[in-house]
Amino acid sequence: MLAQQDSMAFRKCVQVLLRSSLAPLCHPGSTRAHPRFLHTVPRLCSQSQPNGSSGSKVLVHFVNQSGVKSSVFVTEGETLLDVVIKKNLDISGFGACEGTLACSTCHLIFEESVYDKLEPMVDEEVDMLDLAYGLTKTSRLGCQVTVERWMDGMTVHVPQEIKDQRGKQEAMRSK
Amino acid sequence: MKMINLMRGSVMKIHGLSSASRRLAAEGGVRGLSSSSGPRVCIVGGGPAGFYTAQQLLKARQNTAVDIYERLPVPFGLVRFGVAPDHPEVKNVINTFTQTGQHERCSFHGNVNVGKDVTIDELRQAYHAVVLSYGAEGNRSMGIPGEGLPGVFSAKDFVGWYNGLPSNKELHPDLSFETAVILGQGNVALDVARILLAPVEMLKETDITQNALEALAGSKVRRVLIVGRRGPLQIACTIKELREMVNLPNTRADMLPADFEGIAEALKDLPRPRKRLTELMMKAVKEGGDDKAEKCWGFRFFRSPVEVLAGADGKRATGIRLALNKLEGSGESARAEVTGQLEDVDCGLIISSIGYKSIPIDPAVPFDPRRAIVPNEMGRVQDTAGLYCSGWVKRGPTGVIATTMNDSFDTARVLIQDMEAGKLDLSVNKPGAQAITALLQTRGVRAVLFSQWEKINAAEEKRGKSLGKAREKLLDVDEMLKIAWS
Repeated sequence: MLAQQDSMAFRKCVQVLLRSSLAPLCHPGSTRAHPRFLHTVPRLCSQSQPNGSSGSKVLVHFVNQSGVKSSVFVTEGETLLDVVIKKNLDISGFGACEGTLACSTCHLIFEESVYDKLEPMVDEEVDMLDLAYGLTKTSRLGCQVTVERWMDGMTVHVPQEIKDQRGKQEAMRSK
Repeated sequence: MKMINLMRGSVMKIHGLSSASRRLAAEGGVRGLSSSSGPRVCIVGGGPAGFYTAQQLLKARQNTAVDIYERLPVPFGLVRFGVAPDHPEVKNVINTFTQTGQHERCSFHGNVNVGKDVTIDELRQAYHAVVLSYGAEGNRSMGIPGEGLPGVFSAKDFVGWYNGLPSNKELHPDLSFETAVILGQGNVALDVARILLAPVEMLKETDITQNALEALAGSKVRRVLIVGRRGPLQIACTIKELREMVNLPNTRADMLPADFEGIAEALKDLPRPRKRLTELMMKAVKEGGDDKAEKCWGFRFFRSPVEVLAGADGKRATGIRLALNKLEGSGESARAEVTGQLEDVDCGLIISSIGYKSIPIDPAVPFDPRRAIVPNEMGRVQDTAGLYCSGWVKRGPTGVIATTMNDSFDTARVLIQDMEAGKLDLSVNKPGAQAITALLQTRGVRAVLFSQWEKINAAEEKRGKSLGKAREKLLDVDEMLKIAWS
């Protein structure tokens, strides 16, 4: 019962945060793990650090749906969704829900060595990731992965365009 | 021949100097008159499929003009009228659609009923290509006696009612009964169950309509059963929505352990998404929830509706008769087979959530009545050059917004391929909106432009603010038009 109430209170708090769009409030610190939660609270909005310019630059390679590679220098502390948006990378339909864990369009595939070092997923991320097209064992949602120094030089993919498979797969899902 | 003369006459009118014509030119013609003779594409339907298709077309070629026609004065389709009020994050896609609507090569024409105000053939004459993205406005019926009794609603209409769809504003569902039965176990069914049982505090700051909020505040519904033909391993909802049911305050889960026989053993072989969903269901069965909870909800499996039962006076629904099934086969393709056993459930509210359904828009467009879609090959409408489709009218009414997004991108890509391969004759100049707007004017039809929708939008947000809500939707088309054209 208590867990339910906390969950409701948390959800309400999140909804208020999202609706009021108060960017400065969406700081990592405001979503610290609540003692009653077993998992780290997920990042629920997409905001880079306020002092982005002083963060170190990390090289990340993105491969889009057509196999085209873009290499960009990104700031530590940004999420990979932030990066795709800010750098205006050509990845179709990325980040439809704007980082609120309500879709799976920021799905990214990582190299195994990188994937293994990422922070574990919370239930809410797995819930949405499980609906992603082209899911792999090293898939994550870009809005939940924050850039860190050690990621320098990594490559991330989005699933390649394979129309027939997608059509069949999606036909099995419901709304 | 008559139509060509009509169109020629209409185009001549634009060059006239009457103030009406000048207003016409300003509203629909200017873009057409001043821009270069690039390809012109028409999209029928202003929901997610329409906007995502438009987006991709605008991005792919720098000289394509895209016009979106929508029957209602307001855009966004099911993002506005289908997504639940307590899922505002899902509606964030409206931001990207708004950018598309404001794009200099895109024009939105609301309040235009394609099929009635203008035909598909007339659109095909005015544009190089036409894309049908008009979705699924009908619903599958249960096909059982008593389905038409008061107290029985389609989920589409119930959702339309709490989301402010103008044609559902007089629904007035009677919420004075203790038990509601929902047929179907997809995400729409779970949305309806959640809205019926959610505390009013959870809803009162959302964009749910005020009349629905007040009706729900006075609701006596305390128990919601969500009924499916097959078993737990075939349930169509997804885990996020199930989690929300499990976490509803002051509510307990009321399931039948018998429905879950053999499920625990099957878990280990399931793929991760199905496994986690089933595990969460099993947890809800086991834990049940707080006995003191005022409200309860539960799945009922292996049951198909066979008759809606009326009370002694025969005037309204008072119960539903269910046939018990057994499962043949397993996994996604398992089939429900009758056993002959029946079960009656007393209830005063019955909501059928077994699927939306597309309907034919125009006799000139091929339509497959069995699958209720426009027959097509990768988005190219069968036997009809220059006609395409995207979204639910192309593949059937299932999938989330992201599914429709990918599908719309696919259709746009195919259309562009056809442009580049010369399958569409781009050497011919097409008049586009210039001609259609003129034609509509002769029929007494005036479109709502995107900037005019933005006035409606501002009015709704303002009304919402005074009620402490995200927005208060206008329910009346005439009111919308008055504000749009003020």
